[in-house]
Amino acid sequence: MPVEIYLNVAASGLLTGLVYGLMALGLSVIFGVVRVVNFAHGEMMTLAMFLALVLFNALGLDPLVTLVPIAGVLLVFGYLLQIGLINPFINRPEHSQFMLLVAVALILVNAQLIIFGPDAQGIRTRYSFDSFQLGPLIVDAAKVYAAGAALVVAAALFAFFRYTLLGKAIRACADNYHGALVVGLNVKRLYALTFGLGAACVGATGAMLMAVIDVTPAIGPAYTLLAFVIVITGGLGSMPGALLGGLLIGLTEALGGVLFTPSAKSMFAFGLLVLVLLFRPQGILGRKTG
Amino acid sequence: MIGRLTEGVPRRALALLAALFLLLLVFPAFASGYLLAVGFLILYFAFVGQAWNIMMGFAGQLSLGHSLYVGLGAYAAAALYVHFGVSPWIGLGASIGISMLAGAAIGFLAFRFGVAGVYFAILTIAFAEFARIGFDHFRWVQGSSGFFLPVANYTQNDLWNLRGSPRMFYYLMLALTAGAFVLCHALLRSRLGYYWLAIRESPEAAEALGVNLFRYKMAAVVISAAMTALAGVMFAFYYNNLFPEQIFHISRSIELILGPIIGGIGTLVGPIVGAFLLTGLAEGLREVMLRLGIDVPGVKQVFYGICLLLVVMFLPDGVWPPIAKKLGLRR
Repeated sequence: MPVEIYLNVAASGLLTGLVYGLMALGLSVIFGVVRVVNFAHGEMMTLAMFLALVLFNALGLDPLVTLVPIAGVLLVFGYLLQIGLINPFINRPEHSQFMLLVAVALILVNAQLIIFGPDAQGIRTRYSFDSFQLGPLIVDAAKVYAAGAALVVAAALFAFFRYTLLGKAIRACADNYHGALVVGLNVKRLYALTFGLGAACVGATGAMLMAVIDVTPAIGPAYTLLAFVIVITGGLGSMPGALLGGLLIGLTEALGGVLFTPSAKSMFAFGLLVLVLLFRPQGILGRKTG
Repeated sequence: MIGRLTEGVPRRALALLAALFLLLLVFPAFASGYLLAVGFLILYFAFVGQAWNIMMGFAGQLSLGHSLYVGLGAYAAAALYVHFGVSPWIGLGASIGISMLAGAAIGFLAFRFGVAGVYFAILTIAFAEFARIGFDHFRWVQGSSGFFLPVANYTQNDLWNLRGSPRMFYYLMLALTAGAFVLCHALLRSRLGYYWLAIRESPEAAEALGVNLFRYKMAAVVISAAMTALAGVMFAFYYNNLFPEQIFHISRSIELILGPIIGGIGTLVGPIVGAFLLTGLAEGLREVMLRLGIDVPGVKQVFYGICLLLVVMFLPDGVWPPIAKKLGLRR
């Protein structure tokens, strides 16, 4: 095979990786602050994908446009989930919280199955078959737009945490739970907001991915797992780590798919995870703890 | 031996256990084919639940990838039988060996670096998924198109090759479940069991007292994997077909841990009670849906999800501990 093919595949993998990165960023933000692993992450993403699908089919709205309201819906969903279900579990043992989210994931994925059915559904946008040519590289327009949107959302999130008072308050909760309580922060509300923000990230990701891939309820658990693999690879709780991990996994999957067979591509992501756990268990950009 | 096993166990508990065992022993004489199949399923889930409980309930290590050991165990014995005519009783040696190796590999990767809690859980899922995709492309066992065992006629039971009637499988599963119960009881009273409980309650304190965390966590994974592989062998020879998409799937891993969670993590009776409750309720639900003419995939899982949600919210210790208290089996 000529080398251009590998270059093309790598470029496409990196673009997909950026979108993956945004999804993982949502997981990482939630974990970094609330210290709860969102086991329903992929299921929330397919929820967003179905929303984008319904909006496109009913109103003809482009998923890159509906991205904003969908992220808003997921923000509210995440906020309510944290307030209603997860906050009472904050001081429960880790496995108890995990089970709670496993239950939420189970309900979400199967409710989607009941409502939308098991078949793969996709949309065709105006630019579905467009592509950009850049020297020897040919890349899908949809992927470029999605990756661009992912970068914008990620940048907005970084700016929020760095420059706004609310963002700083959330970081304070993450740094020192009791300290935050003492200075009078409403930690539970901030936790809910954080979970909402993480959910908004994954909601935006879902809308973007709808422009690129088809949706079935069954891909939810697979994406949950992918998000885990990415954040562990990049370093848990590290925001740049999540993006870097996304890029790496996107690249690994794309190259693995072309070198072997596409259906086996996620094996390479798991292989990378095992390598990272062997040589750098805290993740590439993670800090050592303990 | 028996004296030591029953030492300190309340009389009433022994009597109840004996009654339950007798009931299960005579159950096939009265049960229809359908009820016998449900009985097998309950015992199957009670057994794998017990195996999983060793890791989570005793040693405090959350595994969400136990379908890996079921699948490896099932495929190893089935492949040896189909390709070389090896009896499953010999093949299960390979099943257990391979599953123990897989468990040891996961344990080694995780426990060496103190990967614990949810990270460990995610690692176990990753391995199960790895196996699922790997077996999808594993030609020797027909990959994703499924691996089938030759189906024998059920007029004569061939115990040596595990070809026979559902009743034979029911009794085998009953023996395994009873064996697992006794084994777990013995383990809990052994030095190993006390080490596990110490690790579960506080790894730091256990380590400070000189308990080798790595060694005993490894023991938990390997023993649990070996038991689960046995269940896999039974699964393969009972159902006669294996699909990577089904046997290694994460929903299988979740299904098999629901029993012990609902029954009561870390208790000996919990996995059994949970298996009865969950399988019984699921079959009841199926019956009701059949009557109402609802045929929508996913309803059963939503029901599972709601059960799990309610139990973790309102009965964090499971159903069994409060019942045990009521029956006067526990102080």
